[in-house]
Amino acid sequence: MDTAVRELSYSQAIQEAMAIAMEADERVILMGEDIGVYGGAFQVTGDLIDRFGPDRVMDTPISELGGAGVAVGAAVTGLRPVFEFQFSDFAALAMEQIVNQAAKMRYMLGGAVSVPVVMRFPAGSGTGAAAQHSQSIEAWLGHVPGLKVIQPATPHDVKGMLLAAVADPDPVMIFEHKLLYKMKGPVPEGYYTVPIGKADVRRTGRDLTIVATSIMVHKALEAAETLAAEGLDIEVVDLRTVRPMDRETIIASVKKTSKLMCVYEGVKTLGVGAELSAMIAESEAFDYLDAPIIRLGGSETPIPYNPELEKAAVPQVPGIISAARDLINGVR
Amino acid sequence: MAKSTATRAAPVSEGTNLPFIYRQYPREKLLDAVYKMHLIRKFEEGAEESYMRGLIHGTMHLSIGQEASAMGICMPLSTEDQITSTHRGHGHCIAKGADVKRMFAEFFGKTTGYCAGRGGSMHIADVTTGNLGANGIVGGGLPIAVGAALTAKRLKTGKVAVCFFGDGANNEGAFHEALNMASVWKLPVVFVCENNKYGMSTSTERSTAVANIADRAVAYSMPGVIVDGNVLSDVAEASHNAIERARRGDGPSLIECKTYRYRGHSKSDRNRYRTKDEIDDWMNNRDPIARYEAQLVEFGIATAEELAAIRTSVDEEIAAGIEFAKASPAPDVADLADYVYTEQA
Ligand SMILES: Cc1ncc(C[n+]2csc(CCOP(=O)(O)OP(=O)(O)O)c2C)c(N)n1
Ligand SMILES: [Mg+2]
Repeated sequence: MDTAVRELSYSQAIQEAMAIAMEADERVILMGEDIGVYGGAFQVTGDLIDRFGPDRVMDTPISELGGAGVAVGAAVTGLRPVFEFQFSDFAALAMEQIVNQAAKMRYMLGGAVSVPVVMRFPAGSGTGAAAQHSQSIEAWLGHVPGLKVIQPATPHDVKGMLLAAVADPDPVMIFEHKLLYKMKGPVPEGYYTVPIGKADVRRTGRDLTIVATSIMVHKALEAAETLAAEGLDIEVVDLRTVRPMDRETIIASVKKTSKLMCVYEGVKTLGVGAELSAMIAESEAFDYLDAPIIRLGGSETPIPYNPELEKAAVPQVPGIISAARDLINGVR
Repeated sequence: MAKSTATRAAPVSEGTNLPFIYRQYPREKLLDAVYKMHLIRKFEEGAEESYMRGLIHGTMHLSIGQEASAMGICMPLSTEDQITSTHRGHGHCIAKGADVKRMFAEFFGKTTGYCAGRGGSMHIADVTTGNLGANGIVGGGLPIAVGAALTAKRLKTGKVAVCFFGDGANNEGAFHEALNMASVWKLPVVFVCENNKYGMSTSTERSTAVANIADRAVAYSMPGVIVDGNVLSDVAEASHNAIERARRGDGPSLIECKTYRYRGHSKSDRNRYRTKDEIDDWMNNRDPIARYEAQLVEFGIATAEELAAIRTSVDEEIAAGIEFAKASPAPDVADLADYVYTEQA
């Protein structure tokens, strides 16, 4: 039944999802800076302009606040815009429209409208682009009721979650780690969705639950493989959605392993790990814990330019391995 | 008090009808300008080559072709005057007086770099020569320059702030908010748009509702001047006038330098949005350095031999700069959190 599935890169999977959505629904348009003939800063829209024309693959001026706001207005009134930010950091320029308008409009109007806008954010460090082009800001937007915030980690998931996002009646923010764009993986043909709000147990294990996001899922899986050789059995949960968080999957996993480690690239404090930890502390899983909860997150600094400093600013595999080992062995 | 360095020695050809800079500046300053224009270009080429050889990581935006704009704007400025720069900011940094050694060191991520290896190309700055920094955010420097001008006015320092930005930045809200405040408060700031026809792949025709960025000035009640950004003297003259006006307390101006970047937007660029003919035309017929050198010879200010000697010393300075960068120490990973706050825990 399972025929061999082709492999696509993460960025090809996004592009395919957008093409499918546009084929299926005239109302879907793409907007963003240099997404037309240039193909997008990361070549994600690629040649879609040749297929769908400049009226549906729209280059905006360098106007993030205005562009995002136009997408919101169009979404409220009948289009289905997918708005690309060139870098997630530039969300800072559009916060007003995202946070004060898109997130709250339906609520403020007592349910009279919906805001079916999708915003895509190339995110994360590792490219040497320094402090204003490398941030992981999903927690900023995750803090805003009214938004849905997702971080697909694989080509399969990004296609399915983007299609789910386009179909979703509410604003969905997609964080795409830039280092994932070239990563390949199996992607089914045609239309399918991956639900927003559902975490995925990527590896089952008994000794420790690692909940990871985005690129950290791959680092956690790599660490888990290494630790398996030492006889340690790690469960890796891919959070996939920051808001709304999948309590059920995570609580069940922690009840099973009795240990939780959170691994994410965003700044460690006041972020995704804080929410995961508090969620466990407030839940029935708390009684099952037999070690402190550990967070591995980004350093309390902007992302530096120097490559060695840059690596040191976010969790890496060796650090995950030693923290997991220590946690299981009761060293911390 | 910021003093203008412009009038220390006698201008080379006072009272003639030669272009502005020849009437305004001594020979030494004219030769310094051609030296620095070469230095900018060679710096860009050195950075580009080091990048290709894997010695520099990240990304960079080269200003080759735009040297007259950086240099002409900075000629009438003193070291104390301040600038804000852009992602395409290496030329501004050099024109304002930075040392290419420490710029290379920054690009190589070393502690001796201007930003201690934390910033790289996109955040290059030399606060000691009045450069408050390049910016990774399009339009990010506009309000900051207005802030610098507010300081100058409140503290009566006599300084002028100059804000470089690209044509693409004129569609950011920050541009409009900054110009409005500068005008309402009559601040000593000069807005300099380096219009190289494109913001990344998007031409001004496709992004901007007015034909010239300088046309925006009218909406903010300030002079808007268009110059050929590849003619050093024209740029310097416009800059001089705007800076004098700012120093007099008459408020801001907007200068638009029409220019062109030879390289792609950044390291990755398929050049699909412009033609090879267009690029060739600018490179072969309007090169700012070639035009300036031709004038220097024509007006008898420098001989071809003297210009060749200048190019040789530029090459030497660049080679020495790269060596300095290579030999410099990398930051210690333990110091990752330095500079986050002024007072470290
Ligand atoms: C707020 C913001 N939006 C988008 C970008 C991505 N970006 C970097 S440079 C650039 C083009 C800028 O064009 P322009 O201002 O004309 O300067 P030029 O590159 O031509 O020198 C873009 C879109 C950015 N850095 N910041
Ligand atoms: Mg431009």
